[in-house]
Amino acid sequence: MLYREALNLALDEMMEKDETVVVLGEDVGFYGGNYRVTEGLYAKYGERRVIDTPIAENSIVGTAIGMALGGLRPVAEIMTANFAMLAMDQIVNSMSKLRYMSGGKLLLPMVVRMPQGVVKQLASQHSQSLESMFACVPGIRVFTASDCITAYHGLKTAIMLDDPVIFLEHTLLYFEKFEFSKDSFYNPFKARVLKEGKDLTIFSYLKMVHDVMKVVTQIENTLNISVEVIDVGPLNPLDLETLTNSVKKTKRFVIVEENPKHGGFGANILSAVLEETFYNLDAPPLRIAGEDTPIPYNRKLELLAIPTPEKIYSKIVKWGKENGL
Amino acid sequence: MQQSLAEKFYYLMKLGRVFELRAKEEYMKGNIGGFLHLAIGEEAVHVGATVAFEKGDIFTHYRDHVYAIAKGIEPKYLMAELFGKKTGVAKGKGGSMHFFEPSLNFYGGNAIVGAHIPHAVGMAYARKYRGENTGVLVAFGDGATNSGNFYESLNLASLWKLPIVFLCENNLYAIGTRIDRASAITDIYLKAKPYMMAKQIDGMDVFEVYKAVMEAKEYIQEESKPYFIEALTYRYEPHSMSDTGNYRSARELEIAKSKDPIERLKKSGLLSESYIKYIDDLVEKEIEEAVEFAKNSPEPEETELYTDIYCEVCKNVIP
Repeated sequence: MLYREALNLALDEMMEKDETVVVLGEDVGFYGGNYRVTEGLYAKYGERRVIDTPIAENSIVGTAIGMALGGLRPVAEIMTANFAMLAMDQIVNSMSKLRYMSGGKLLLPMVVRMPQGVVKQLASQHSQSLESMFACVPGIRVFTASDCITAYHGLKTAIMLDDPVIFLEHTLLYFEKFEFSKDSFYNPFKARVLKEGKDLTIFSYLKMVHDVMKVVTQIENTLNISVEVIDVGPLNPLDLETLTNSVKKTKRFVIVEENPKHGGFGANILSAVLEETFYNLDAPPLRIAGEDTPIPYNRKLELLAIPTPEKIYSKIVKWGKENGL
Repeated sequence: MQQSLAEKFYYLMKLGRVFELRAKEEYMKGNIGGFLHLAIGEEAVHVGATVAFEKGDIFTHYRDHVYAIAKGIEPKYLMAELFGKKTGVAKGKGGSMHFFEPSLNFYGGNAIVGAHIPHAVGMAYARKYRGENTGVLVAFGDGATNSGNFYESLNLASLWKLPIVFLCENNLYAIGTRIDRASAITDIYLKAKPYMMAKQIDGMDVFEVYKAVMEAKEYIQEESKPYFIEALTYRYEPHSMSDTGNYRSARELEIAKSKDPIERLKKSGLLSESYIKYIDDLVEKEIEEAVEFAKNSPEPEETELYTDIYCEVCKNVIP
């Protein structure tokens, strides 16, 4: 199944089951969604429940907040995370705060979905990973979806929750095929161990998970070690328990993230894990992240700016050799 | 009818004013912290509109005390909130700018100028979706009408044909910047005219506000379309307690005070001397009790820092 189809299925099932679930955003209705995530929903549920909006991101989130206050469960789509910057006031100052400021009287059962990440030659304004901006705000949950299972179950849970959720997708995953079964178990509040190992833990999320998985056997063979790979999953609140338990076992960890290194979300993972595992460690932690530059248009430069499977392999091997692996 | 309305208006405006005068006093004494934005002078707008929207949803800006009182939240819970106490309407977590009471359809206090306008639009969408026709009112100042939230909301409400009343309280100043220095259009209702029915009214006359908002409410309920009212008003106090007020003349303030909504109602001939006396005494007593209640209430427990952020039972929601 395609990643976008898993998201579509989650939306469809939730809309079928619960009449208070509505979808809103730019091009989500008649057009079927820019990445076809909402395809077919307009025909099935009508314009009352699949609501086309003007290009007004702040009001897309703002009206979704009002809908949630009025007893609906809105799922707002922001076409890309880049455009969500126009909605940051609503996300940071209202969506994350109304419940707290009202002493728990106002609940916001709502989801804001958006794709992010570096795609292919879309240049600086369409190629950002902005998870740090959302994950640093208390009061909103931040979920990430790296494949069909996390997309389907994660989105369904996000819609059912009474908390406001930022649901991050990766643009390059929409048309990727992943294994899927509705009965698969996934707890969206927890990190996921994708591969068990005993000498090194690699943390990543969204598309980077797949770039890591592409080279993990090669890393194991070159260094003659066994590697544990963890999909961090929710970025806020973070499942620190799973992360630290793994590091206490393997005694080494690497974080692979697509966003720029300075202020990147990996810094937060690193500090949180390090505080709990410092005396367990056999090597200094390593972060493999994007460069601290805007993303250029030129393909060669673009690939220089972000981690690739080749870079992940060579950096981990070099670091491993320097640290006695 | 006219008389009983006048009595209601007088009680609520007086209650609002005495509440705020007393809040100012307690602020000076250090019993209230943070910001305190007073609506003294603007009571006719806050009370007239809220009484007309007794059953509907009301969204307001941070100058929310009098709206909250008129909507029926007991002053003692509001005063306790100003004191930051556990018994406050938001358990001491919101303060002056964040009064909310969804059980009374009061979605008040947002402190980001204009940010609550799209919330009200979304609420109107939800009400219409659910077939509930009590109406939504959103109040904001003239300053908010220069923001993107405002124009985006006018567009959406008109495009989606939503039952919502936009109420602009034009008090001429966005903090210390006079309207003609911040807005190219100073008759604010003209900004809304291309999108919806829009009119300008005297916001110092509580009957005029009430009548206009009632008409607007009936219109939105019958037509399922938005309606815009600009109420011309004035705040006597500075923007907040930390504002020197040096941007306007004493003469201008004097003229505004000569139109005082409470004094105007007293002179309407609709209220007896004895009723006025009775209410004045009642209000003094009620506010005194509210202050005592706030003073004697406990501080929130330290564990409150961590509550009302995420849903606690959510771990059971796994599909």
